[in-house]
Amino acid sequence: MNGTTDKTVVEISNLSSFYGERQVLTDINLNVNYREIMVIMGHSGSGKSTLFKNILGLHQTSSGSIRLLDKEVSSMQQSELYALRKKLGVAFQNGALFSSMSLIENVELPLHEHTRLDKQTIRIMARLKLELMRLADFEDLMPAELSGGMLKRAGLARAVVMDPSLLFFDEPSAGLDPIASAELDELILQLRDALNMSIIVVTHELESAFKIADRLTVLDKGQQIITGTPAEILASPDPRIVNMLQRRAGNDVIDADAYLDKLTRH
Amino acid sequence: MDTSLNLSDYMLNRVQRLGMAGLFLFHSVQRIVSTSFPYQASMKQLAFVGARSMLVIACAGLFVGMVLALQFYDTLVRFGSVSLLGSAVGLSLIRELGPVLTALMVIARAGSAMCAEIGIMRTDNQIDALECMAIDPYRYLFAPRILAGIISVPLLTALFIIVGLFGGYIVGVLMFGVSAGAYFQSMNDTVLIRDLFMGFVKSVVFGLLIVWIACDKGFHLHLDRRGMYGSEGVSRITTEAVVLSAIAVLFSDYLLSALIL
Repeated sequence: MNGTTDKTVVEISNLSSFYGERQVLTDINLNVNYREIMVIMGHSGSGKSTLFKNILGLHQTSSGSIRLLDKEVSSMQQSELYALRKKLGVAFQNGALFSSMSLIENVELPLHEHTRLDKQTIRIMARLKLELMRLADFEDLMPAELSGGMLKRAGLARAVVMDPSLLFFDEPSAGLDPIASAELDELILQLRDALNMSIIVVTHELESAFKIADRLTVLDKGQQIITGTPAEILASPDPRIVNMLQRRAGNDVIDADAYLDKLTRH
Repeated sequence: MDTSLNLSDYMLNRVQRLGMAGLFLFHSVQRIVSTSFPYQASMKQLAFVGARSMLVIACAGLFVGMVLALQFYDTLVRFGSVSLLGSAVGLSLIRELGPVLTALMVIARAGSAMCAEIGIMRTDNQIDALECMAIDPYRYLFAPRILAGIISVPLLTALFIIVGLFGGYIVGVLMFGVSAGAYFQSMNDTVLIRDLFMGFVKSVVFGLLIVWIACDKGFHLHLDRRGMYGSEGVSRITTEAVVLSAIAVLFSDYLLSALIL
């Protein structure tokens, strides 16, 4: 790796976060390097979505530091945060497209807002990204007319239309069939290679996570259990990781009587 | 002890929420004078709040004017003062009924829709998406709506009043045979600039209140203490916005009348 590829684009140190009086993240430390795909994994309620919001400045941190592209996020003014966000792309779980706009209008929106390009150029740039996401034939459809997988890809097209240095993707595989999920995983890998992006993916899908990740970090009950390469995670002796991986392999054994007792308890 | 703690907690929350609503209005109004104000979005909102409400406002104005003329004629005829019918209908419409009923119609047609739309945008992460795209939601979503409310409601009020006066003319002049000259002359004699000013000020304030309450309720849906967030949350805040807007309009109507009269 050369000097550029060693560059750290995200540095999180001793991050803790609360919702009211409930602590949801405790002492998180995480670095993401240039052109690296970092997957944040964990069960529902593990704190991964809160971490996602903290990194983006959508939720106030209680303590610790978050540096994105060499800028400290937690102490930023709103105007500075907006300036930084122009260099980021964020794709939400459900696409979060604006229902009153067509697919291509959604993708064009950041370009209209942040550039002085003429309409024709903006249209061409938006079409390029839709082409990349294999959505070129659907540009005039409204979000309500798109399938779940298409919504996610459309959200991704909008997120990368400004060619960000850092891309965030919340739950790319959630709610998708295996084929659509595999296609999206391929797209994420292509984006990293074609556009030289660093990518942070939040997911609870193990198959998808191990397929795309350069490194993974696993959260459980707001705590960071482990961060490492897929090989390091697979070799971890931590019983929580072992348990998680056994579930991935479909090794869950359920005692039918105990399960029935659990369901019928008073 | 628990009750007093809960009460103080509740009061603190209400005060905090009021402060947030105030800041919400401040930021939105501040964005109206910003250099990069989205005029195209404002035109869209003007069409939604104003142009598309015209038919329903005109219908309401016509029937209110007709009912007013009917009621006033029945009363005035007992005192032999039917020549004052125009002034009674005119003053009622311009000072009170025009601004208030227009505002109530706008709440029902546009305020509720606006609140539900913003609430769905909140639950669907569309507002977070805007922020992540470095697009200021106050500038992009709320400033155009507030501007549309301030411009549209006075214009709709004027439409309501004009159609209402015509409704009064139909009943008073065409049905009951009051002289057309007396109808308009009495109106001309008694309606003062101050009355028009009162109607105008009220309609501007009502326009602001309606949009402010609707957008604020939708925008802060995620802060609901009862944890209702999805479709149930949107339904509840829409109901709350409609009720609160109606009360705010009626209360401010009294305050403004007392101040201006």
